[in-house]
Amino acid sequence: MSKPASDPGTGGADRELTMSRAMVDAVAAEMRASDDVFYMGEDVQDYGGIFDSTEGLLEEFGRDRIMDVPISETAYVGAAVGAAQAGMRPIAEIMFADFVGVCLDQVYNQMAKNTYMSGGAVNVPMVLTTAVGGTYNDAAQHSQTLYGLFAHLPGMKVVVPSTAYDAKGLMHAAIRDDDPVVYMFHKRLMGIGWMPAPEGPKTPVPEEDYTIPLGEADMKREGSDVTVVTLGLHVHRALEAAEELAGDVDVEVIDLRTLVPFDTETVVDSVEKTGRLVVVDEDYQSFGVTGEVTARVAERALGSLEAVERVALPDVPVPYSRPLENEVNPGADDIVAAIESIK
Amino acid sequence: MVGANTIQSMYEDMVTARYYEERLQEVYLEGKQPAFDISAGTIPGELHLAAGHEAAAAGVCAHLRDEDTVTAPHRPHHVAIAKGVDLPRMTAEILGRETGLCKGKGGHMHLFDPDVNFACSGIIAQGCPPAVGAAMAAQKRNEDSVAVAYLGEGAVDQGAFLESLNLAALHDLPVVFVVEDNDWAISMPVERVTDVENTAERADGFDMPGVRVDHDDAVAVYEAARDAVGRARDGNGPTLLDVQVHRRMGHFMGDAEGYRPDEDQERAQRLDAIERLADDLREHGVDDAELNEIRETAEERVEDAIEWARDQPEPAPEDAYENVFVDGTAAASGGED
Ligand SMILES: Cc1ncc(C[n+]2csc(CCOP(=O)(O)OP(=O)(O)O)c2C)c(N)n1
Repeated sequence: MSKPASDPGTGGADRELTMSRAMVDAVAAEMRASDDVFYMGEDVQDYGGIFDSTEGLLEEFGRDRIMDVPISETAYVGAAVGAAQAGMRPIAEIMFADFVGVCLDQVYNQMAKNTYMSGGAVNVPMVLTTAVGGTYNDAAQHSQTLYGLFAHLPGMKVVVPSTAYDAKGLMHAAIRDDDPVVYMFHKRLMGIGWMPAPEGPKTPVPEEDYTIPLGEADMKREGSDVTVVTLGLHVHRALEAAEELAGDVDVEVIDLRTLVPFDTETVVDSVEKTGRLVVVDEDYQSFGVTGEVTARVAERALGSLEAVERVALPDVPVPYSRPLENEVNPGADDIVAAIESIK
Repeated sequence: MVGANTIQSMYEDMVTARYYEERLQEVYLEGKQPAFDISAGTIPGELHLAAGHEAAAAGVCAHLRDEDTVTAPHRPHHVAIAKGVDLPRMTAEILGRETGLCKGKGGHMHLFDPDVNFACSGIIAQGCPPAVGAAMAAQKRNEDSVAVAYLGEGAVDQGAFLESLNLAALHDLPVVFVVEDNDWAISMPVERVTDVENTAERADGFDMPGVRVDHDDAVAVYEAARDAVGRARDGNGPTLLDVQVHRRMGHFMGDAEGYRPDEDQERAQRLDAIERLADDLREHGVDDAELNEIRETAEERVEDAIEWARDQPEPAPEDAYENVFVDGTAAASGGED
């Protein structure tokens, strides 16, 4: 590749990429660098991934390394576990996170536990990619994020990019990581023609490789009145809410970027400054991300904590019809309301 | 021999299903042009249409009664129509209306009509185990109802299907597995994902009869299904039925089929099970005027259903919190702010 180097620090502003292009960029670079990296998933060859997660890779790497697989998630996700333990760096894609149900054992009893159960004798350096999220009326079996489920089960790292820049850096980090990493990309952010993305995820992306360390949240917007902690699509909704309230409430927005490991410090520091916390999540409210973030803040900064609000899916399966899904999936207006209720 | 009345009734189901899909295609595109945005328009979300699959629906469901259970996959409308699902309410559901089969909560991949024991699911092969369960209930209660699980040829590589075959065979359960083989699983041709050429052979491994109907001829399906459903009803256990069908549209709406050779799509257009059945009817002395009348009646039925559905109200936002539990228990955080 004879592309000019650009500075990751300044974002190499020569080109803007969609999130899917940035993700593919990192996968391609890692595949060029090592024959141990290969990609398995349904419709990842000629289709390029239903959500463009492998667009263009087949042409460069061929069918041996970009592998269409039978609709047998247990077999191929488990095969990724085995290949990883044999020293390769496979990437396996579950088309929608919702489908993890059919292969959960390979994910949480094998992939996530083998390192620990073996006392560190083996490790599983694989990446599990999966599309998450709603907002387009695909109903209960195709709209979940399940962030909390993956983060709850110990032994896998969990990353959730919200911009193209992060998508690339997190993918490099995920593939190079010696542990299993679940890479959850939000469909609405990928920049797919048929599912328009909001403003924000398309960013300048440097040509060269760079990593974003797992476990570092990103301060998206500094503010002194209220801390909003969120991830994925809702980073953009939170920023929209913050903009709307600008001049009235000074809102700080933190993008978690990774759930495991979790950047407690950035969140706690912020709440110590603002005293007010709003946690926004597209996953179910109870027993999940919003509760976890709140608990961590309560454990470490209870004295600073004056008010908390959670904005998340209200523990119902995602309904199909537009007014119903709009009701349960938090919008910028819901975030505004939550901020105003505790400002 | 299959009688003229039977053929005619299958023909009615098939033309209804075909016209339904053609009209839904148009309704789906309302509000999605010129730019295709999946969340816009009269019907948002994914939509999987079954044009070219009708013979598998009509030929099997012709043997079923209301009390027989059918589970269908993500591509369910033709099966629903052949099973007698309430068409206006199904359409209202697909349009996300309050009076839809599922009050707008389910949508096109998750249709439930308990009046005719029909259900579908969007997760591959996951309708198989519940069909086995319905068959189990019938067996335990000494009823002669049967269950039919529909799935695509891509779904036969899923554990839920293979495990279901074994469980059903083990207990001689009254269930028929119907594979609709359209040669494609989204962009993946069948030969890319399995070395088994004939899905019906998979039944051998479970000591169960497997029957392949290798052209989508509703009469041939009807005859194969007569044996399979009869065997189940008589308490002689399950059958795997593998039916060749054709996908005349993209996998889902918006699929430009860039991966599919033109000849393959052309072949699907050419091999039309509906025209074949029309020929059969002509041989039975039904003339073109009568065929036209059947089609017009079917079209009217579909138009009425769509018109009715369009007039239905959308659900109220707060309805989202209902039906999590039967007894009305609120979801853990439901509705509170
Ligand atoms: C467990 C699971 N994996 C993947 C999918 C995504 N998916 C939906 S339809 C489909 C292809 C199904 O092909 P086939 O069973 O042959 O049925 P067809 O669509 O051709 O009717 C896939 C992979 C899913 N819904 N569930």
